[in-house]
Amino acid sequence: MAERCAVIGIGQTKHDVKRTDVSLPGLLREAVDRAFADAGVGWRDIDAVVIGKAPDMFEGTMMPELYLADALGAAGKPMLRVHTAGSVGGSTAIVAAQLVQAGIHERVLTVAYEKQSEGNAMWALTVRIPFQQAIVAGAGGYFAPLIRAYMRRSGAPEDTGVRVALKDRQNAPKNPYSHLVFPDVTYEMIEGSPMLWDPIRYMETCPSSDGACAMVLASDAAAKKARHAPAWVHGTAMRSEPTMFAGRDLVNPRAGRDCAAELYRKAGIANPRKELDCAEVYVPFSWFEPMWMENLGFAPEGEGWKMTQEGATALGGDMPINASGGVLSSNPIGASGMIRFAEAALQVRGLAGEHQVPGAKRALGHAYGGGSQFFAMWIVGSARP
Amino acid sequence: MSEITSITTPIRLDYTYTAGHATQRFLLGMAEGRILGQRCPECAKVYVPPRGACPKCGVPTTDEVEVTGKGTVTTFCIVRIPSDVLSVPPPFTCAHVLLDGADLPFFALIQECEFDKVRMGMRVEAVWAPKAELAATFESIRYFRPIAEPDAPYESYKEHL
Repeated sequence: MAERCAVIGIGQTKHDVKRTDVSLPGLLREAVDRAFADAGVGWRDIDAVVIGKAPDMFEGTMMPELYLADALGAAGKPMLRVHTAGSVGGSTAIVAAQLVQAGIHERVLTVAYEKQSEGNAMWALTVRIPFQQAIVAGAGGYFAPLIRAYMRRSGAPEDTGVRVALKDRQNAPKNPYSHLVFPDVTYEMIEGSPMLWDPIRYMETCPSSDGACAMVLASDAAAKKARHAPAWVHGTAMRSEPTMFAGRDLVNPRAGRDCAAELYRKAGIANPRKELDCAEVYVPFSWFEPMWMENLGFAPEGEGWKMTQEGATALGGDMPINASGGVLSSNPIGASGMIRFAEAALQVRGLAGEHQVPGAKRALGHAYGGGSQFFAMWIVGSARP
Repeated sequence: MSEITSITTPIRLDYTYTAGHATQRFLLGMAEGRILGQRCPECAKVYVPPRGACPKCGVPTTDEVEVTGKGTVTTFCIVRIPSDVLSVPPPFTCAHVLLDGADLPFFALIQECEFDKVRMGMRVEAVWAPKAELAATFESIRYFRPIAEPDAPYESYKEHL
């Protein structure tokens, strides 16, 4: 049996299109300082640092962990970088949690970030690799055909994506850290926005953001000394699969289904839709909400769209998804997964402010990356397991 | 002096890349206007382009298979923003094309067709570069275009979505 692990401190930056007011280390410190203030700890209390970000080419800063070691107070301590493409924020938090669960460290600082304005992620995603077929138009060009396949397979109403985007964009102003905020957003505004990668519209797409997220993870003993109520880690799981193989289910990837199954087993959950109070799910393009509802087992295959259409995933629904506004509202890529994990923890700590799901006791954080090939998930709860 | 908020430092990458046996066979095929793949000896799935090993069974794929340039659109997207990779002006359509006899669709540009007339199940064929311009590169296939055949039924390609 592993040691217990708790989230005792959470910090996020204000996510924005360009944070020219801070350097890269400054951006990270903004998140870390807030996580420390929340936890009531300082640099001396930290035993190890685990950081994550998306590919180096996104900013063009090679091996940033080398020069960030200084700003992150890692001198004399173990420092580790995790990399699993877009799911990295989630897997980084899991690696940090495992250092506590293994009984190695008392308090681990984990940070994930992206400063997209300093580079060109679309270029980095589209870069020509010799002898390989090129991805033609960034992540949208890759995921749009998968969305069309889902639409065909499920027969979902055509406006499901618009409804997801409307819900997430209505949630965004309730979160003080949101990058994209449209206070007067309407269904018509989203439906009328231009198609970028048909069937994906502009307002159904995530932004490019500068931002960071940090968490202080603590052992049972260290959690007792925390300033505020912790969120307890009830289970974590990660899975990978190849990007391409014959018969691969592109819409409902096996790695995601297996990852969720392991997660529920570890957390002792039989019926996730009933036993979880809310979830923060990695939805970079609106249609991925219904797709992941099925992959996570919240809805039967082919019926994830019903949750969206019936309002189950709205803040007042029975399974609020992305009450924070989600990746559609803030997308510092490397941090996006960790923000999902952190927002799930905020919910069960009762500290989510205006976007709090009333009485949330158990929440799921989810991240995926690559061509839907890496998955990282955790379940956190207010009860000490 | 004014404040320095950012500087631009371009990065350039030059590769010396080893293709490996399977990719080499495929690229040499491209130079001859042929599409070469490999079959997995365990699951019998055909990979075009070949990867040298079956990602599912983890065994070398040694049997070479030649396929024609005909195939089926399994799914697609209409790109309405400029591409860094293709010189085609938007809007244009890119599709997953499942070549007849292959078991893995690949991403390809569809031309000689209105961009919004592409559909799932549409039958297409490869359009090659002129003979003199054929080379050991994917670009020997310029794009795919529709052919006068009835659409493939959904059941025939749904396991490739």
